[in-house]
Amino acid sequence: MSPWMWSLVGGLMIGISASILLVFNGRVSGISGILNNTIFFKHDSPWRAVFLGGLLLGGLVLHLSGFNPLEAEPIYKDHENLVLAGLLVGFGTALGSGCTSGHGICGLSRGSPRSLMAVVVFMLSGFLIATLTSVVMRSL
Amino acid sequence: MNKQTKYQLLTAGISGFLFALGLGISGMTLPQKIIGFLDVSSANWDPSLLFVMIGALAIHAPVSLWMKKKSHPLLDQQMHLPTKTKIDSSIVIGAVLFGLGWGIAGFCPGPALVSMTQFSKASSFIFVAAMVLGIVAHHYFQKSKEKQKNSQAS
Repeated sequence: MSPWMWSLVGGLMIGISASILLVFNGRVSGISGILNNTIFFKHDSPWRAVFLGGLLLGGLVLHLSGFNPLEAEPIYKDHENLVLAGLLVGFGTALGSGCTSGHGICGLSRGSPRSLMAVVVFMLSGFLIATLTSVVMRSL
Repeated sequence: MNKQTKYQLLTAGISGFLFALGLGISGMTLPQKIIGFLDVSSANWDPSLLFVMIGALAIHAPVSLWMKKKSHPLLDQQMHLPTKTKIDSSIVIGAVLFGLGWGIAGFCPGPALVSMTQFSKASSFIFVAAMVLGIVAHHYFQKSKEKQKNSQAS
């Protein structure tokens, strides 16, 4: 199977996962929001902690099964960059109330203009920084 | 805990589990693939991650549309959907910052958490620790902003 087909299959599974949470629980599967509310023990957090538990378990099962259809040349990011990026993602998703899942999948699916705005903006800034970094690195 | 709450926890767990499988299979947990998608200057630009979005929306958009007509989900008396609709500076600035972080490391929140289960990768642990710190920082930033607002009002 070509890479885009695996991406499509994975995407369909994410769509099913988000739909289960919406149809049964009436909740949005925005990972940054779920993490945020779990950290601060919001009154209705138990389901969030369980969702995160399922997420980690899924990752573990995938890892242990050794099922890894997409190979890619590993990249090395130094620790300073990882810390900077983590801070930006944590603060940014909290301020912008969502990430790729909450805005990109759930928000767009609901037809939320606010989420559409967020998606356009974070895609643009992501394209910009990744492209700039690569252009600068090559010119050095 | 009543029966309904127990079932809610079960569906939340199943949903999280499937979400991780989807992220792993789709390639979203490979930072190098994210960078390969976001770096449009690359000679071998890889747009395949677009299909993650296409696949997810193909299922979730019709389901969301259908749920709009329902007054409540199967296991609860009401929906719990985001209520904010205003496009304000917070969402724009927040999205800019998030995009920068995503483009630097190639991690967004879900894939970073899932990557922690591949213990060989220290990078995801460092990223997640910093991300949690960023979330906590925002919490106190928000609190101090509200305090300022309140003291100005009084």
